[in-house]
Amino acid sequence: MREILMILLGAVLINNFVLIKFMGICPFLGVSKKLDSAVGMSVAVIFVMTIATAVTYPIYTYLLYPNFAYLQTLVFILVIAALVQLVEIVLKKYIPALHATLGVYLPLITTNCAVLGVTILNIDEGYTYFQSIINSIGAGVGFLVAMVLFNGVRQRIEGNDIPKTFQGLPSTLIAASIVSLAFMGFSGVVEGLFG
Amino acid sequence: MFDTIIFPILVVLIIGCLSGIMLSVASKFFAVKTDERISQVRAELPGANCGACGYSGCDAYAAAIVAGAKTNLCVPGGSTAAQKVSAIMGVASEEVVAKVAVVKCTGNKNVAGYVMDYQGPKTCLACNSFYQGSRSCSHGCLGYGDCVEACQYDAISIVDGVAVVDRTRCTGCGMCAKQCPNHLIEIVPATARAFVGCSSCDKGAYTRKVCKVGCIGCKKCERTCPNGAAKVVNNLATIDVNLCVNCGECAKQCPTGAIQFCMPKLVNTQS
Repeated sequence: MREILMILLGAVLINNFVLIKFMGICPFLGVSKKLDSAVGMSVAVIFVMTIATAVTYPIYTYLLYPNFAYLQTLVFILVIAALVQLVEIVLKKYIPALHATLGVYLPLITTNCAVLGVTILNIDEGYTYFQSIINSIGAGVGFLVAMVLFNGVRQRIEGNDIPKTFQGLPSTLIAASIVSLAFMGFSGVVEGLFG
Repeated sequence: MFDTIIFPILVVLIIGCLSGIMLSVASKFFAVKTDERISQVRAELPGANCGACGYSGCDAYAAAIVAGAKTNLCVPGGSTAAQKVSAIMGVASEEVVAKVAVVKCTGNKNVAGYVMDYQGPKTCLACNSFYQGSRSCSHGCLGYGDCVEACQYDAISIVDGVAVVDRTRCTGCGMCAKQCPNHLIEIVPATARAFVGCSSCDKGAYTRKVCKVGCIGCKKCERTCPNGAAKVVNNLATIDVNLCVNCGECAKQCPTGAIQFCMPKLVNTQS
């Protein structure tokens, strides 16, 4: 139990994919303008990360390891892309409400590096199958936390009178770096709590 | 040879083929029946996603048309889009009334003053929420261009501190009207030539004090109008577009020049 909590909290706060590992910056900047689209995107990311890990982990362990480990990037991208398409087709048929909610974000995150990143890092870290799933959920929740927090930051920026040179992307990137710095303060917190 | 080259190729090939087969089977097996007319109708709509039709976008409107909604709701697409859509749906085509936005304030910075040196966020919404805005007339156009931001056709611009509609570009979608915190923008039929360039309900004496071109509610237009289209309600002239015959008498008689008379579908010139 303690181990699960450590992995989960570690993935959400300390190894936050967006703010510490700098993966998935594209949706982080692209869809964090509105709260509902930020949440929609994040839920889709949690969903896809978990499923992708569940499928790629056995493929790596039983098929690729140890002789063809170098194929993992190629195979993982292929598998994740196909998987997301399949999930989309199934959702459209059976859960149209969820499909409408996730909408365009589901195919968008097919090629999100955070999704590929989490599947590869799970293997690099040497997690078991169960731990990998937990880590993926944690990574997805971390993405959600980053998106929602940054959405708040952006809304505060919007209404302000910003010098022309900093308007738009520059001010957004500076704000993102400050939020990232704030998250670095979490390093060591989980070890302090459980260790 | 086999282990190092052929096997990896086979692995990727097989996984790829399996994914492909799985997806094609799934797309057949889980296929959701969609009416092909939806995509045809959608192709004829302009794709501005302006929401003038009352649906959340062109996709939603296309779905609604196939489900039985009216075909003449698309304002930017106009009659051409309506005819094509009606042809696809096999229903009788109805005319789209061309519309245009008018700004019911002409008090630019030369004729109406400011009561403060506003330094806050440069949006009309923020400015208006701060003591009813920086203009001396609390009903006036604030000139920070919330409407300009909303317009997808570059049809509205701020000239001398007041929003001005370019009638040649305006499609009458109404996006700007939704943004204006003072509700100054009205969508009227494009044939209507006379409109009241003022929204102040204040008494005439006060309006005259704060703005040179405000409506003072003198009722001269009401007396002049041969068809009873012009009416003064609550110290403000209004023109009923259904009764107006575009004679232009009211604009000639208006002592302050609050009533604008412009050419249909031409640049909205300021007097």
